[in-house]
Amino acid sequence: MADYTNVLEHDRLKEKLEEQEYIINMGPQHPSTHGVLRLVLSLKGEIVKSIQPHCGYIHRGIEKMCEKLTYQQIIHLTDRLDYLSAHMNNEAVCLCVEKALDVEVPERVKYIRTILDELNRLASHELWWCSFGMDLGALTVFFYGLRDREKILDIFEESTGGRLLQSYNCPGGLMNDVHPDFQKKVKEFISYFRKKLPEYDELLSGNVILMERTKGIGLLSLEDAISFGVTGPSGRASGFACDVRKHYPYSAYNKVDFREVIYTEGDTFHRYKARIDEMWESMKIIEQLIDNIPDGDYSAKMKPVIRLPEGEYYQRVESSRGEFGVYIISDGNKTPYRIKFRSPNFSNLSALNIIAKDFKIADLIAIGGSLDLVIPDIDR
Amino acid sequence: MTNEQLKEKILTIEPSVVITENKQVLYVNIAKEKLFFLAKKLKETEELFFDYLVNITGVDRQKSMEVVYHLDSSKYRHLIVLKTDTADRENPAIDSVCSIWRTAEFHEREVFDFFGIRFNNHPDMRRLFLDDDWQGYPLRKDYVDDKIVQR
Amino acid sequence: MAFSIYDFTSFTQSVDKALYSSLPPFWALIIEMTIIGLAFLLFYALVGLILVYAERKVCAFMQNRLGPNRVGPYGIFQTIADFIKLLMKELIYIKNADKFLFNLAPFIVIIASFMAIAAIPFAKGLHAIDFNIGIFYVIAVSSLGVVGVLLAGWSSNNKYSLIGAMRSGAQIVSYELSVGLSLLTIIVLAGSMQLSVIVEAQRYGWFIFTGHIPAIIAFIIYMIAATAETNRGPFDLAEAESELTAGFHTEYSGIKFAFFFLAEYMNMFIVASIAATVFLGGWMPLHLGPLFGSMGAHFNNVMDYIPPFVWYIGKTAFLIFVMMWFKWTFPRLRIDQLLTLEWKYLLPINLVNILIMAFIVLMGWHF
Repeated sequence: MADYTNVLEHDRLKEKLEEQEYIINMGPQHPSTHGVLRLVLSLKGEIVKSIQPHCGYIHRGIEKMCEKLTYQQIIHLTDRLDYLSAHMNNEAVCLCVEKALDVEVPERVKYIRTILDELNRLASHELWWCSFGMDLGALTVFFYGLRDREKILDIFEESTGGRLLQSYNCPGGLMNDVHPDFQKKVKEFISYFRKKLPEYDELLSGNVILMERTKGIGLLSLEDAISFGVTGPSGRASGFACDVRKHYPYSAYNKVDFREVIYTEGDTFHRYKARIDEMWESMKIIEQLIDNIPDGDYSAKMKPVIRLPEGEYYQRVESSRGEFGVYIISDGNKTPYRIKFRSPNFSNLSALNIIAKDFKIADLIAIGGSLDLVIPDIDR
Repeated sequence: MTNEQLKEKILTIEPSVVITENKQVLYVNIAKEKLFFLAKKLKETEELFFDYLVNITGVDRQKSMEVVYHLDSSKYRHLIVLKTDTADRENPAIDSVCSIWRTAEFHEREVFDFFGIRFNNHPDMRRLFLDDDWQGYPLRKDYVDDKIVQR
Repeated sequence: MAFSIYDFTSFTQSVDKALYSSLPPFWALIIEMTIIGLAFLLFYALVGLILVYAERKVCAFMQNRLGPNRVGPYGIFQTIADFIKLLMKELIYIKNADKFLFNLAPFIVIIASFMAIAAIPFAKGLHAIDFNIGIFYVIAVSSLGVVGVLLAGWSSNNKYSLIGAMRSGAQIVSYELSVGLSLLTIIVLAGSMQLSVIVEAQRYGWFIFTGHIPAIIAFIIYMIAATAETNRGPFDLAEAESELTAGFHTEYSGIKFAFFFLAEYMNMFIVASIAATVFLGGWMPLHLGPLFGSMGAHFNNVMDYIPPFVWYIGKTAFLIFVMMWFKWTFPRLRIDQLLTLEWKYLLPINLVNILIMAFIVLMGWHF
């Protein structure tokens, strides 16, 4: 096992450490990394000179495990990747399997999947918002954000049985129909949340201290964003128009009208604003769909044992953090030959070195918070 | 560009590729010696403009080791799949595309970690997730470990 | 012994006379000093307990939750339980730390805050020392605290502690200037540094009203600088949990950590009470000036019914509440933004403010 004295050799800091440069370990346990991520920072005074992330602390070998599981069982494991967008991960695998089998799901399923997607996105951005405030020192916003998120989780629990990890999708449709109160509760929540979001804008976004700490910090240019594959709100804040919902629509996204939130400045403040704006867009999408859910089955007829025809299939969805992709190679059996998850946080993390170079440690916290990393997604 | 146009264009760049199509996606097979050249051309040619590398996957095909690249264009929104393979299972080595798309730095480390495929000219070729002194490459089909629970 | 709640001088003088008449002067002095020392220790501990509980309750209500409510009715014994826990914790000894300095650091911080309390008047005649350089003494002595902070960071043999201590030291030393200059503004108005004279001079209205514009500016600057002095609120980068663990007191455990913790709350109490004394009149009730004529005199009589001690505690409590409000609302400032605020904004404003105040006093344009 590597010990601290070998850090230099391990990390192969190419440039010899200059005068007054020293190494600090932001360990796997740290209140701000939001997961088990180890960052070895090389600092000069307060300025960050290079960052080496060490991943793998929560590597569970999901891809290898999936090679022995059937497609219905894989759904349950995908929840645990980026657990804050669990529903979208499930949907990706289901859509991939449905595409491979050429199954057409009922309209009702598409609408409900999209509504749950957007609710999940709201819950995820809400949690991001409150932990971002907490990282920067505004501890009260943590409680306000969680209070509202509880309402969304209650809606989930009623219909799907799970608050955070739902496993509600299955190839062909949904596991069960939604609760009869679903429509009413969602409408109540939207009207409640529409009043709350401006309050949060005033409390945190308009605050001078926050603006000073995030404007101009952590710049990511457009070429770098595309080259590093930074997608999601982090990439869109740099000008990379990568919203999968707009450019490669799936489920009911081609029936709704919403704006793709793009800013060009690429700093922490605009990554922050991109997410807040996305919350408004999510509410708009839900409002357009919630009254028009068509009646019908909640699932198409599927065989109990699913075998995908031989071949390769790729499906992409827009999770709260970026483009989540599922690549399945099948050899005709009931388990996949190889399954690969294209994780958005993996690519977002790879850009951290470039984004945070030559900024201070305190800025690193703000930058890490604005990239919104969820570590189990990186490590799979 | 439609799949037909893409196919023509790529064949003019590098005639030795083998292109198949499945479910409206083009699969371009290339030998590993020409990989870097083709990848660079795919990014730099104006009409193709594949500037967004979505995913790099390693696959163990039992007789050979394959690496699959999913490429997308932020301008034209067309997706293709570039594949290359090497029959050498002892010391597989493929050229790195880090200098073309920087996201490959992490992806290639992951492929090395799980399959043992080395990438030439990679700036930092070492394991990513597993310990540095881990023996073996877990995602290979012939990986044996007494700690794995067999189903 | 005459004991009047409105005027403690008679009480203290009678105790003094009783001691000196029955014992040789040397022993009387020793006994007096012991009594005062014990009284202050008790006060210190009590205020610490109350403030910790108050902070937790205030913070909880602002965050839409209840706070401690299990230990005792409304959770009032929570702090006692916490301190018993801290007393029982293992004292972890660091391998390569400088043992003497490591143990000395918390004591320096406590002693500095202890000495500063001594000069503050709690009610008429109720203060330990009444220097003629009262304010000067308080400012000088409370700056000793920074030595304790730097020692703590250095002797812990830990990079995080060192960085935290350096930041903290730079912050405290910078904001000393603003604190001193804003108090200087009021000294210009009052004409004396002796705290009891300053309080008496507010007989016809608190300085924040009589000194109008420059006094209000000085008050605002003082509140900002004092919050930064005590490492609280939006200026608590040095001990921010989400940044570098706990800053300069990372390596302290058990009772030594309790000292730092307590010293922080006492510092908050001290700066709030200095602000209350200097700007808001200390133990002087709210009086209307001669401008208001006989209606003012009646109002003053009503105000005088409330004992001065209650006025003092009320004002200090209000200012402490404002400081807590700051902490739980705003995000943190980065260290360079903190120092920029002081050197580029507060300091020039302060200097100009003193000039304005001096001009106003010369011209007699205050109330």
